[in-house]
Amino acid sequence: MAEEFVTIEINDQPVQARKGAMLIEVADNNGISIPRFCYHKKLSIAANCRMCLVEMEKSWKPVPACATPVNAGMKFWTRSDKAKNAQKGIMEFLLINHPLDCPICDQGGECELQDVSVGYGSNKSQYAEIKRVVQDKDIGPLIETEMTRCIQCTRCVRFGDEIAGMREMGGVGRGDRLEIGTYIEKSLQSELSGNVIDLCPVGALTAKPSRYKARAWEMVAHDAIAPHDSVGSHLQVHTFRKEVVRAVPRENDAINECWISDRDRFSYQGIASADRITKPMLKRDGHWYEVSWQQALDATAEILRAADPARTGALASATSTVEELYLFQRLMRGLNIRNIDHRVRQTDFSDQSAAPLCPSLGMPIAQLEQQNAVFLIGSNVRQEQPLLNHRIRKAALKGAAVMALNPRAFDFNYDVAQQAVAPADMLQALQAMANDPDNAVMATLKNAEHAAVLLGNVAVQHPDFAALRGLAYTIAEQTGATFGYLAESANTVGAWVAGVVPHRLSAGRELKQAGVPVGEFLSENTRTFVLLNTELADFANPQQAMKALSAAENVIVIAPFADNTTRKYATVLLPSSTFAETSGTFINAAGQWQSFKGATVPPGEARPTWKVLRVLGNTAGVPEFDWVATEEIVAELHLELDGVAVCNNRYAGTVGRDAKSCVSTTADGAFQRIGDVQMYRVDPLVRRAKALQAMIPPAAVQLNPQDAANMGVAAGDTLKVSQGAVTITLPAQLDAGIPAGCAGLQSGIEVSNVLGAAFGALQIAKAG
Amino acid sequence: MTEHPITMLKRKSDLLSHHEREDIDSWLARYPADKKQSALLAALRAVMHEDHYLSREKMDAVADYLGLPEIAVYEVASFYSMYEMDAKAAAKYSISVCTNVSCMLCGSDVILDHIEKKLGIKLGESTPDGKFFLKVEEECLAACSSAPMMQVNHVYHTHLTPEKVDEILDGLE
Ligand code: SF4
Ligand code: FES
Ligand code: FES
Repeated sequence: MAEEFVTIEINDQPVQARKGAMLIEVADNNGISIPRFCYHKKLSIAANCRMCLVEMEKSWKPVPACATPVNAGMKFWTRSDKAKNAQKGIMEFLLINHPLDCPICDQGGECELQDVSVGYGSNKSQYAEIKRVVQDKDIGPLIETEMTRCIQCTRCVRFGDEIAGMREMGGVGRGDRLEIGTYIEKSLQSELSGNVIDLCPVGALTAKPSRYKARAWEMVAHDAIAPHDSVGSHLQVHTFRKEVVRAVPRENDAINECWISDRDRFSYQGIASADRITKPMLKRDGHWYEVSWQQALDATAEILRAADPARTGALASATSTVEELYLFQRLMRGLNIRNIDHRVRQTDFSDQSAAPLCPSLGMPIAQLEQQNAVFLIGSNVRQEQPLLNHRIRKAALKGAAVMALNPRAFDFNYDVAQQAVAPADMLQALQAMANDPDNAVMATLKNAEHAAVLLGNVAVQHPDFAALRGLAYTIAEQTGATFGYLAESANTVGAWVAGVVPHRLSAGRELKQAGVPVGEFLSENTRTFVLLNTELADFANPQQAMKALSAAENVIVIAPFADNTTRKYATVLLPSSTFAETSGTFINAAGQWQSFKGATVPPGEARPTWKVLRVLGNTAGVPEFDWVATEEIVAELHLELDGVAVCNNRYAGTVGRDAKSCVSTTADGAFQRIGDVQMYRVDPLVRRAKALQAMIPPAAVQLNPQDAANMGVAAGDTLKVSQGAVTITLPAQLDAGIPAGCAGLQSGIEVSNVLGAAFGALQIAKAG
Repeated sequence: MTEHPITMLKRKSDLLSHHEREDIDSWLARYPADKKQSALLAALRAVMHEDHYLSREKMDAVADYLGLPEIAVYEVASFYSMYEMDAKAAAKYSISVCTNVSCMLCGSDVILDHIEKKLGIKLGESTPDGKFFLKVEEECLAACSSAPMMQVNHVYHTHLTPEKVDEILDGLE
């Protein structure tokens, strides 16, 4: 249906508008400002604040611009006496119960109520009686409330319903006693909850971690790109006296719209963690010594030059920038070190040579919304890539069929036909689908106009990744669906493109002599390790990693943080930067290169990571290592890529297209661990963000209720959980979404640091 | 050990009594399957009937039973004055004496005063035996033509005098 356009008049000027569009939208598109509180372009229309009243021809009453659809010939005046009087009156009403506490309100200076009051209100009030007071609510560690300030616009309520997909806030009571809140004392659980801070037009909901840190006008805003998941959300990082004090979204409709995940909003707190290293350090005879950069770099170069390349392993986190990753592999390869990898949570590398140049989404992010059928394989997308989930949710609300095959039933905020089977059975399940074109999943994908098969983090971390991938490709081929990866980290795509894999150079170029993948070189045989932004909690198997790292002669750590565990195995600490302290580039899931500038400088003697790597390259005598700006590095990579199709997702594998399971069936009496990564424990920065850490539920083992009954275990009982030689005790939880024979025990969380493989075998017994 | 693992998981809706479920089901039958929210008022009424107030647990049970967000139940429960959300209000008979304009002009304070003395409780309190609750009623109960009046549970009593009140209250089991 073609959209019909009509001509209307606003303030005596003719304006073109889509027929039926709300006047406020038309005015916004034409730069005519109309005050508003309850209206928000991404939310449904409530029309309850009445701030947007304007004059309309042939109407005795002023009309709300947010709820007045336009039609040909309509005439409006937004600043006529009638309009102004209405606006002034409403403003006066709104202020009757609003406290005059702007001087101690965090919203002061960026408050819609203040702005509108100054612009459209009156400078005095006729109201002299007592104001209403509303008791504050504690809604968790992320959001501070001051509910007396609430003007009941219900934006936060509608956000929960319409965007977060879980309604947690509501209006309780009625009339002059209506209060916005959760009624019961609870913390908001949505992974997108922080967005209500931006939505709230007043200071009722503000960011708790940055409360009273600085005034809005004292902060300096810097554009940035979010450093956790592969969405690459646009951020604005705010600094006060060089310290990052908060992060807010920057609008970009193609990527994050106007939202960001709580992880992207509050992880900046990790920047100032007590684990920050601010001086280069060397370990001698078990003691740490602060040294000069020159000494540290000389010592590091010396270690690297002397190391046997075959017995050296270099690991970089995919939360590093493209520039860092590119220099990292150039440096290592310049020193003949070939065992280079970033896939620290992956365990199956058998089809790596068949892998596409990079794991791409296969479509622009916004296009996820247009899908009619989506099949998720091994994905907890809601926690892994919250804003990709938001797009899929939008598709689902428009009627798309969303299906999933997962090792446990993950929690979605829309209807998903989810099949939860034990990790070791996922292959068979997928094979059964692929072999049966009449299968519901296959048929749905095939019949959909736009369909996508998407591989998530859990699939990549699965011990049968290659076979799962092969089958997933087969299913996509057979049904004509688009194949896509929900890439894991902010720069997973960049890590592939920059060549931080053992078998390919940057830009996917062939290598004469390949190295071995991390799964192989993470052993006691490796004498020297170089770790870029990687620490123990990042590994698929922390036990194996700890053993290998502790046995090595030298572990060179280039990172902003070093905790006690790192200090145990490391021998060199080179303090570097977080995402906010360097210029750089991330490539998101859809293959968009997004460059940013540093918002501040690293503390103490820490330096931007790319500079550390650059100078280290010079010190080690690696030839042609002379970039002076990050732009040059990216330009060089672009040259290498010239003409290469980066995001075609072409898979050359035949391996693993059958269900010959690579996982040895778990030994008798053992449970298969389902160790998906806790969303606030995915990388070093977020693990140090205090408020987010407080959102993590206490560690527990989730069991299938039948298994628990067989063992005589009730919810809350203490369990002895062993993996390898380590036994820990944890409380039991019963969860019908856990397949029989499996145990849910997340990775990345503190207790999992002493455990083994995320998807390995666990021995579980009732304690006592 | 049970046969069906799923049934071993406690659900919040388990709290609803057999009778409450029957009542809610009979209402659910009148609405389309995807519009369970329509039965919310009736469901809360069913709970009020048994418990004389809505505990948080029972509201959550209703939310679970109807597939609604819990907050949606709290909103409705707190909006209508016919629902009580405080355990103190859980008495067999809930008495609302109208004190709005018409009733006030016709002497509702005398009635209220009389009831308070008779039952030994103040507005907003229950008798220790849990028989009577004296509700704070702010709105006109729409029986102005027969003022003063009071409502005892669902029943309206009009043209009140202290004697008539005694008769009514004494006649209650
Ligand atoms: S808390 Fe803020 S967003 Fe929510 S209703 Fe009140 S003013 Fe609106
Ligand atoms: S913005 Fe139009 S009524 Fe609130
Ligand atoms: S004032 Fe009492 S019934 Fe109307």
